[in-house]
Amino acid sequence: MTETVTQGAVATPRPFLVKRNKRVLPGFTLSLGISLLFVSMVLLLPLSGLVVEASGMSWQQFWFVISDPRVVASYKVTALAALAASLFNALFGLLLAWVLVRYEFPGKRLVDAMVDLPFALPTAVAGITLATLFAETGWYGQWLSKLGLEVAFTPVGIVVAMAFTSIPFVVRTVQPVLEELSPEDEEAAMSLGASDGRIFRKVIFPALWPALVTGAALSFTRSLGEFGAVIFIAGNMPYVSEVTSLMIYVRLQEFDYAAASAIASVVLLTSLVLLFAINLWQARFLRRLEGR
Amino acid sequence: MAESARHQVGSKPLIKWTLIGLALSVTLVLLVIPLVLIFSQAFSAGWGTLMANLGDEYTLHAIGLTLFVALVTVPLNLVFGTALAWAVTRFQFPGRKLLITLIDIPFAISPVVAGLLYLLLYGRNGWVGSWLGQYDLQLMFAWPGIVMVTVFVTSPFVARELIPLMQQQGSQEEEAGVVLGASGWRVFRHITLPNIKWALIYGVVLTNARAVGEFGAVSVVSGNIRGETNTLPLHVELLYQDYNIVGAFASASLLAAIAILTLAVKGFVEWHQARERDLQPEHRTEK
Repeated sequence: MTETVTQGAVATPRPFLVKRNKRVLPGFTLSLGISLLFVSMVLLLPLSGLVVEASGMSWQQFWFVISDPRVVASYKVTALAALAASLFNALFGLLLAWVLVRYEFPGKRLVDAMVDLPFALPTAVAGITLATLFAETGWYGQWLSKLGLEVAFTPVGIVVAMAFTSIPFVVRTVQPVLEELSPEDEEAAMSLGASDGRIFRKVIFPALWPALVTGAALSFTRSLGEFGAVIFIAGNMPYVSEVTSLMIYVRLQEFDYAAASAIASVVLLTSLVLLFAINLWQARFLRRLEGR
Repeated sequence: MAESARHQVGSKPLIKWTLIGLALSVTLVLLVIPLVLIFSQAFSAGWGTLMANLGDEYTLHAIGLTLFVALVTVPLNLVFGTALAWAVTRFQFPGRKLLITLIDIPFAISPVVAGLLYLLLYGRNGWVGSWLGQYDLQLMFAWPGIVMVTVFVTSPFVARELIPLMQQQGSQEEEAGVVLGASGWRVFRHITLPNIKWALIYGVVLTNARAVGEFGAVSVVSGNIRGETNTLPLHVELLYQDYNIVGAFASASLLAAIAILTLAVKGFVEWHQARERDLQPEHRTEK
C-alpha cells in the first residue's frame, strides 16, 4: 500500500517517466522500516535524552558549567592535541599512501595490512601499550628521556595516542585517489622537463589535497572524542593534560549528570558540525571529479 | 607498464628508497613495535603465569561477558546494516541522503558521550529508565546497558562496507531476477548475497572487533563490577590501575589476537575480491 502512495507522489506529469519510477525490486517497506526503526531507537531517541537533560538547565547554569576554567582548559588541550595529531597524520599518512601505491618493495603487503591495526586494536589496549612504551623505563621512553623529552603523562602523550588511533583515516582516504590518478598529466609535465618536486606541487598535489583534507578532518574529529587510548598516557592533570571526554567522565563519576550533559552537548555539537562539513566537502569534491 | 613506471614522479632510486625507508620506519615505530610489546609483556613472566592470568576467575568472566555482548551485537547490526544498505542503494526516496549521514553519527561521537546518552535515557533518572524502574528492570550498570551502547557504537560498520559496493554494482541483476519471476527473498539469497558476501564478512568482522574492544561507552554504563559487569577491555584497565601490568597485558594480548585476526580476514577478503574482479572483468559495469 505504502509503495503505491509514494509512487503517486513521486510521479511527474510526463506519462513516460511514470514507469521508471515504478519499483521493480521488492523489500522497500521492509528494509526502510527496519532502518527507520533502528535509527530512531538506537540513534535519535538517546540523542533526544541529551537535549531534554540539557534544556532542563537555565542558560546561566549551562554557561557556568561549560565555561568553567578547568573545562575550558580541557577544550584547549583536546583541540590543540587533535590538531597536532591530524597534522602529523596528514604528513605520514600521505607518505604511507604514496609508498603503498607507487612502489614495490619487500614487506609491502604487511605494511598495508598493519595500517588498519589502530582501527582493529581496542583503544584501551592501545592506551596501556603506548603508556608502557613511552614511560620513563619503557622501550621508547628511556631513549627519549636521555634527549630530555618526556612524552608519557604530558600533553605530547595525548598527541601520540590520538595520532596512533586515527592515522588509518588519512591513508585510506588518500590511497584510492592516488591509485586513480591518471599518469598522462604527469608524463606530459615530465616530457616538458619539469622537475619531480615541481610536478608533485603543480600536478599531483592539486588532485590529492581534497582527499588529504578529508582524511585529516576525519582524523581530527576522531581525535577530539578519543578516550580509551588517551587516558592511560595523558597523566590527566587538571588544566594541563585533561581531555574533554575525560571531563565528562569525571562529572559523571561525581553524579553531576547535568554538568556532564552540558559539556557533552558542546562536544556533540562540535562533532556533528564537523561530520556534516566533511560530508558536504566530500559531496562537492566528488561532484567535481565526476564533472571532469 | 614497466616503461611508464620509469616516467613517474619519485621513481629515482634515491627518492624512492628514502621514502620507502621512512614509511617502513614509521610503520615499525608506530605499529609493529607496539604490537610486539603487548605479547612480550604478556609472556614476560612465562607461559605458566600467562595461563594463570587468563584462567583467573574474573578474567574468565570478563571473556564470557565480552563474547556474549559480541554475540548479541553482531547479528543485530548485521540485519540493520543489510536492510539499510538495501533501502538506500536500491530505492530513491526523500530523506535518503539524510539517512546515510545519520548512520555516520556513532563514528563521529565520542564514546563517552555515547555512553552518557544511554545513561541519561535509561538510567534511574531518565524517563525510560524511571518507568522501567517501577517494574524492577535495571538496564544501566548491568549487561543490557553494555549491549545497548555496543550496538550503538558498532551500528555503522556493516552498512558502511555494503553501501559503496552495492551502489557500484547497481541493481540490474536483481531486477532481471524479479522480472524472470523470482521471489524477493530468492533474489536476495541467490543474486545479492553472493555479490556482497565478502564485504558483508568484513563488515561483520569489524563490528565484532569493535564490539569486543569498546571501552569508553561501555565504561560509562557498566559500573565496573568485577565478575559481573566487567568486560575484557574494562578488565584490562582495572588490572593496569592495580599495577598488575603483566596481568593487564595477558588480557590485552587476547584482544590484540582478535585484532590481528581481523586484519588477516581483511587481507583475505581483499585478495578474494581482487581475484573475482580479475576473473570476470566484464561482469560489473559502472553506471
